[in-house]
Amino acid sequence: MKDLSQTETVIEAKGLDLTFQTADGPVQALRQVDLTVEKGEFVSFIGPSGCGKTTFLRAIAALETPTGGTLSVNGMTPDAARRARAYGYVFQASGLYPWRTIAGNVRLPLEIMGFPRAEQARRVEQVLQLVDLEGFGKKFPWQLSGGMQQRASIARALAFDADILLMDEPFGALDEIVRDRLNEELLKLWARTGKTIGFVTHSIPEAVYLSTKIVVMSPRPGRITDVIDSPLPRERPLDIRDSREFIEVAHRVREGLRAGHSYEV
Amino acid sequence: MKSVGPILAVLAAIVALWYAGSVWMNSQWTLDQTARNNQTVTFSQIVQDTMDQKRPVLPAPHQVAEGLWQGVFGQAVTSKRSLVYHAWVTLSATLLGFAIGTGLGVLLAVGIVHNRAMDMSVMPWAIASQTIPILAIAPMIIVVMASIGITGLLPKAVISAYLSFFPVVVGMVKGFRSPDAMQLDLLGTYSASRAQTFWKLRFPASMPYFFTSLKIAAAAALVGAIVGELPTGAVAGLGARLLSGSYYGQTVMIWSALFMAAIVAAILVGVIGAVQAVTLKRMGMRQ
Repeated sequence: MKDLSQTETVIEAKGLDLTFQTADGPVQALRQVDLTVEKGEFVSFIGPSGCGKTTFLRAIAALETPTGGTLSVNGMTPDAARRARAYGYVFQASGLYPWRTIAGNVRLPLEIMGFPRAEQARRVEQVLQLVDLEGFGKKFPWQLSGGMQQRASIARALAFDADILLMDEPFGALDEIVRDRLNEELLKLWARTGKTIGFVTHSIPEAVYLSTKIVVMSPRPGRITDVIDSPLPRERPLDIRDSREFIEVAHRVREGLRAGHSYEV
Repeated sequence: MKSVGPILAVLAAIVALWYAGSVWMNSQWTLDQTARNNQTVTFSQIVQDTMDQKRPVLPAPHQVAEGLWQGVFGQAVTSKRSLVYHAWVTLSATLLGFAIGTGLGVLLAVGIVHNRAMDMSVMPWAIASQTIPILAIAPMIIVVMASIGITGLLPKAVISAYLSFFPVVVGMVKGFRSPDAMQLDLLGTYSASRAQTFWKLRFPASMPYFFTSLKIAAAAALVGAIVGELPTGAVAGLGARLLSGSYYGQTVMIWSALFMAAIVAAILVGVIGAVQAVTLKRMGMRQ
């Protein structure tokens, strides 16, 4: 287990604003977002569509540019952090290239970042093992199930050994049985690698089951309404979801979501 | 092989219609002849005569088949009467023009996708170029190039290229832009350069579009080469055969040349289809 007394800030947002200029006028996607994420945390962002959870994750990854406030990743600007290969990003769809094998897909970031060939092969093998896909390297994506494809895309995000893993509803398109299994595996992976994970989801049980910190957000304008530090232990079997603590945290998340909506109805 | 039945049925219907058309269109000549000789003819005599005229308005299928067979197998391939010889003359110009057109089309598409100024300006010109009738521009290309001493294969190839670059531009722009925002974002998170984005993502993603464009371009290139043979009074090539056939009223010769052109086009498209199947299979992309 990690020593949690010695913390190190990985992501820090202060008064973050992000406004999109659209044809219908400006849309405030994020307003006054303050958040600190420590090294090794598993942070979930939960909220209805339009609450800015994906926008916030994209801002961390320098895929969107904030219009106000400050945001730092590993003490750098998001752009500098990207060039320093601070994070791997997993999208909702696996986005595997159909013309590359699974190993070829996992190798893609390594090729782009210019790793030596021998190193590429070693890392591909290592991360495929990490997501339980050994022996599938030579298969093409269409030969794998949806869950396996998503595991391959996680392997691809892990290949260059970034400290942070940003995941945007990675299991949103999968059925619940596969999802449970992948959640369990993701926790194991997190325990083994000690990465900091930012995880966007729609699902309350998923957020509570996975996270050490749950960020509840609400829309129009996108903002944080509650930040919950989970009292659950780091070691979590699937049946922890029937425990009292779990149900209490889930209840608080639901309350937070409802509070964010109350004034609209 | 369930599809063989319907295909044969359609083919039989076309041949039957063709025979009916031959009888109908050629019968006027038979009737005129017999009227001049103050003879009367029965229907079966008319039918018999329309099947075997020297200069029919519409040659019967077996006459065209005979002409095609004679042209392909009845002559030495080096003979001026050999359809293989003429097809080769046209095909060589077609292939050169096809190569130039494809290269040009791909280059333009790369420019359009990567350069905003080209994106805004090239496509309207490309479309405008295709609205000009090729029959109007072909003689000018031949004459202008002849005046600077370029004759023979190249002017025809230029006309081929003029027709064949367009489907390649349109298809490849679409192909290079086929990766979705998520895939581009993914490369963004790796800080990939534009060159890397092109070679790792846009180029392989465009392959299915590439081959579809090539099939259209190959057919267009063949048309271009044939059209390029018409205005010069060329003595060799399928276009020349068409032209001399129409000078001398040799309709069988025209139709044989037309079918030869269709066969050449089918072979071209078939070869591209085979390369496509092999390439996409090796790329692991299911059709």
